[in-house]
Amino acid sequence: MATLHTDVLVIGGGSTGVGVARDAAMRGFSTVLVDRGDLATGTTGRFHGLLHSGGRYVVKDPKAAEECIHENVILRRIAADCIEDTGGLFVSTPIDTPEYADRFVEGCRAAGIPVEEIPVAEALRREPRMNPLISRAFTVPDASVDSWKTVWACARSAQAYGSRILPYHEVLDLTVEGGAVRGALVKDRRGGEDVRIDADFVVNASGAWAGRIAAMAGCDATVLPGKGIMIAMNHRLVNTVVNRCEMPADGDIIVPIRTVSVIGTTDQKVADPDDWQIARDEVQKMMDAGENLVPGFRRARALRVWGGVRPLFQDKAEGADTRDVTRAHTLLNHRQRDGVERFLTITGGKFCTFRLMAEDTVDALCAEVGVEHACRTADEPLPDSEPGRYYWLGSRVERREPTLHEDQLICECELVSRRRLEAAMLRRETVDLDDIRRTIRLGMGPCQGGFCIYRATGILHQVEKIPGEAANRSLLDFVQERWKGVQPILYGDQLRQARLDDWIFQGILDVAHLPGGWVGAA
Amino acid sequence: MDTMEWVRGSLDHCVKCTICETFCPVSNVTPLFPGPKYVGPQLERFRTDDGSPDASLDYCSGCGICTTVCPQGVKIAEINSQARAKMKAQRGIPLRDRIIARPSAMGKVGTPLAPIANFFLKNHAFRWLVERTLRVHRKAPMPLFAGRTFQSWARRHPPLTPATKAIVYFHGCSANHFEPRVAQMAVAVLEHNGYRVIVPRQDCCGLPLQSNGLFDDARRYVRKLARNLEPYARRGYDIVATSTSCGLMLKREAREILELEDDEDLRTVSAHMFDICEFLLSLHERGALRTDFRPLDMRVPYHAPCQQQGHGIGKPALELFGLIPGLEVVDSDVACCGVAGTYGLKTEKYDIAMEVGAPLFRQVTAVATEVAACDSETCRWQITRATGIPSVHPVELLYRAYGLS
Repeated sequence: MATLHTDVLVIGGGSTGVGVARDAAMRGFSTVLVDRGDLATGTTGRFHGLLHSGGRYVVKDPKAAEECIHENVILRRIAADCIEDTGGLFVSTPIDTPEYADRFVEGCRAAGIPVEEIPVAEALRREPRMNPLISRAFTVPDASVDSWKTVWACARSAQAYGSRILPYHEVLDLTVEGGAVRGALVKDRRGGEDVRIDADFVVNASGAWAGRIAAMAGCDATVLPGKGIMIAMNHRLVNTVVNRCEMPADGDIIVPIRTVSVIGTTDQKVADPDDWQIARDEVQKMMDAGENLVPGFRRARALRVWGGVRPLFQDKAEGADTRDVTRAHTLLNHRQRDGVERFLTITGGKFCTFRLMAEDTVDALCAEVGVEHACRTADEPLPDSEPGRYYWLGSRVERREPTLHEDQLICECELVSRRRLEAAMLRRETVDLDDIRRTIRLGMGPCQGGFCIYRATGILHQVEKIPGEAANRSLLDFVQERWKGVQPILYGDQLRQARLDDWIFQGILDVAHLPGGWVGAA
Repeated sequence: MDTMEWVRGSLDHCVKCTICETFCPVSNVTPLFPGPKYVGPQLERFRTDDGSPDASLDYCSGCGICTTVCPQGVKIAEINSQARAKMKAQRGIPLRDRIIARPSAMGKVGTPLAPIANFFLKNHAFRWLVERTLRVHRKAPMPLFAGRTFQSWARRHPPLTPATKAIVYFHGCSANHFEPRVAQMAVAVLEHNGYRVIVPRQDCCGLPLQSNGLFDDARRYVRKLARNLEPYARRGYDIVATSTSCGLMLKREAREILELEDDEDLRTVSAHMFDICEFLLSLHERGALRTDFRPLDMRVPYHAPCQQQGHGIGKPALELFGLIPGLEVVDSDVACCGVAGTYGLKTEKYDIAMEVGAPLFRQVTAVATEVAACDSETCRWQITRATGIPSVHPVELLYRAYGLS
C-alpha cells in the first residue's frame, strides 16, 4: 500500500475543498486533496451557475447576503475568466408581494449591494422576452459563473503551489490516534489501490456528505441535504440573471449561463444525498415558474433537468423546511465540539462564498496548529483570469473562426474541435467521456451527445490507446448519463431529438450489442 | 410569441440532422461558408446583442434553401439574415453594399441618363474601375437602364374597358427601370384574361437592403410600400408580382426577418400577395384562365429560383407551360444560380456564385433552343451573363403563346 505524507489532507473536491487546498498551499502547507469522484461532481457542478450579488438573501438571510456581495466582488477580481458579467434584475411579477420590493431595496442598501431601480420599459428593452406585466425592476451585480472552470482553475493553482489533487480517491476511513485525526485510508477507485495518507491536519469539506466523514472520526456534523432541481433551456431566453423580487421561493430565478438559460430551483429535504429522484411535479413547477418570468417559456425547448443537494448545516436536525436554514457557512472545530483534534469540518454556504469558506477554514487551521500565515486568495487571480477580462458567450465562436478549415468540429452544439478534444483527453488522463464533458462541455448542447459522442469515442480509442471494449463502455455510460437528464423532460423538440438520437445509437450503431457493452456485460 | 420568437425561437426545433447543410449551394462549393446549420441554429446560441464574432456568416448568400428544406421548421436563413444585419451594423457596412442595395435610387439616377449610363456599364474599363473602387466584380451581371420607366408607360396605358375584374400589379424596381417589357407583358397577359390592371405608385420593397444588412432602411422602404398598397388590399384586390423575390418579401420575409409583424398595412398586403404564376395557375384551377395558346415550338430550360421556392407554392410556372402546345420544358434540377440578388455581384463572392451556378449553366446551355425561363430578374441576368442565352420571365412565354406580341 502506498503512503503519502502531507501537512493537510482535504476531503472533498468541490469548490470548498479545492478552495481550501489552494488557500492552504498558498500559505505554505503541503496539501493533498481527495474526492471519491471527479472534481466538482457533487453539489458544486450541479447548481444553476449564479454568482449571487446577495440580493436573493437580503430580506431573509442578511448574513448570507453580506457574504455573497463580499465574495462577488472578490471573485470578479480573481476569477474573471470563469464569470460572465450578465448583471442581474430583480423584478416584481404579478404574483409577487408588492411590499417586498421596498424591503428588498432596504436590505440591499444595508448589505452593501449596489441596487438601482430602473423603469419597467427599460428592463423590458434589455430583456424583451420577460413578462411585460412586471411592475418594478431593480439592477444588482449578479453574474453567471462556470463552476467547473472555477474549480479546475483553483485546482491548477493549488497544484502550482505544490498540492496533490487526487480525484476518484474515496475515503474508506479516518485514522484517529491519541484524540486527533492523523490521516485517512483512501481507495483509488480507478486503479483499485488503497493509499494511506498521513496528515497533520484533516479538513472535511465534503459538503452534503460531511456527516459521514465526520462520523468516521466519531464526530457529529448534521447536514441536511436539500435537493434542488434545475432545468436548462436550449438557448438564452434572457441575457441577464432574472430574479423574482420576492422571498426565496421555488423557481424564482433564470440564469443565463454559457449557451443556455437555467431555471431554478426547488428545495426539498432528502434523507440521503446519494439517493433521490426528480419528480414530475417538480418539473411542472419549474415550467410554471418559467412561464411567470418569461411568457411562452413552456413552448421553448427544455434541454435537460438535473438536481443537486445543498449542504445545509443545522445544529439540531429538526427543521422541517431546508429553505429556512441559513445559507451562510459553518465551520465546525471538532476539538471544541467533540474533543477530536486536528480536524475541521466546513459545510453549509454557497458556491459564491467558497473562497471565504476556505479562508475561514485555513485561518482556523493556522490557529489550531499555532502558525500565522496571511490569506492571499482574495488578491491572486486564478490561472487564465485577469481582473476585468470576463468570459463572454461568443468566445468559442471567435476562437473557432480562424481554424474553421483545418480543425474538425466534433461537438457541433458546443463547438468543441478535434484538437481541443484531444488536448483535453491527454490533460485529464481519463477514459471517462463524462469527465471530458465537464472539462470542455462536450455533448452538453441540444443533441446531448447524439452527434458527437460516437465521434469522440473513436478519438478516445485512438488517443488513449485503450481497448475497443473500454471505449464502447465509455460511450454507453455517457449515453446512459445523458438519458437520465433528458428522460424527465421529454416533450416537444427535445422528444424529437431524443428519438433521432435513439435511431442513431440503437438503429444505426446498434449500441445494445457493442462488444463490452450492455449485453456483453449482462 | 412575437416575430423574434418565430425566427430566433425556431432554433429550438433543430435536431442537427444536417439536411440543410447537404442542400446548401454555397457551402457545397466553398469552405469560406461553414454552412447554414453552423452559422444558423448552432451559432445563434452563442450570440447576444453584442453581435457575433463569426465573419464567415457573411458568406451566406441568403438564398433561403436551408429554410425551405428544413424538415423541422427552423428559420435558418432568417436567423442568418438577422445575425448578419447585427454583425454588419457593428462592423460597418461597405459603401458598395449601400449602393447596390438601392435599385430604385440607381434607377432614378440612371434612367434619364440611360444612353450614357449604359455606355459606361458596358465599358470594360469602367467596370474594371468599379471593381477596383467599389469591389463589384467586373464580370458580374449588370442590367442596363431601359431609359423609360414602366411607371411612365403605365400612366399612359389606357385601362382595359370593359373589365369586370381588377387586379393590382406590383412591378418592383427592376421591371420599372431595367425590364419594363416584362411588366408590359404581364399587364397584357392579365388584360387578356379580362383584368383591369391597377399600377399604384410604388418604390423599392427593401429586399436588397435587407439582404445587405441595412435593416432600418429596409423597414422604411417596405413600410412605405405597404402603406401604398394597403388601400387596395383592404378593398379586397389581389396583388400580383412578377419579381418573385420582392413578392416573397411582401408576403412573408419582411414580417419575419425585419420583425414587422406589428405593421398592420403589411399584414393586410401579405394576405393578398401572389406570385404572378401562382395567381394565373389559381385562375386555371378555377377554370378562369384563357387557354387559347398557340404552339411554341421550342425547348426551354426552366429554373425555379430559390426565392420562388421560398413561397412554398411548388412550381406553378411548370404547370402553366404545360398548357402551351409544342413547348418542351426541362425543369432544372439545380437549386441555385448563385447570384442570390446582390451576392454574386460582389468581388469576393463572384467566383463562389459562378461555381454555385455552374451546373445550371451547363444544363441551360445543353437544353435551350432559344431562351431559358426563370422567375427572378437577378437570376435571369446571371444565367444570361454566364451562358449567353437570353432568359425570360415565364409570363413572356405565356405572352408569346397568347399571340400578344
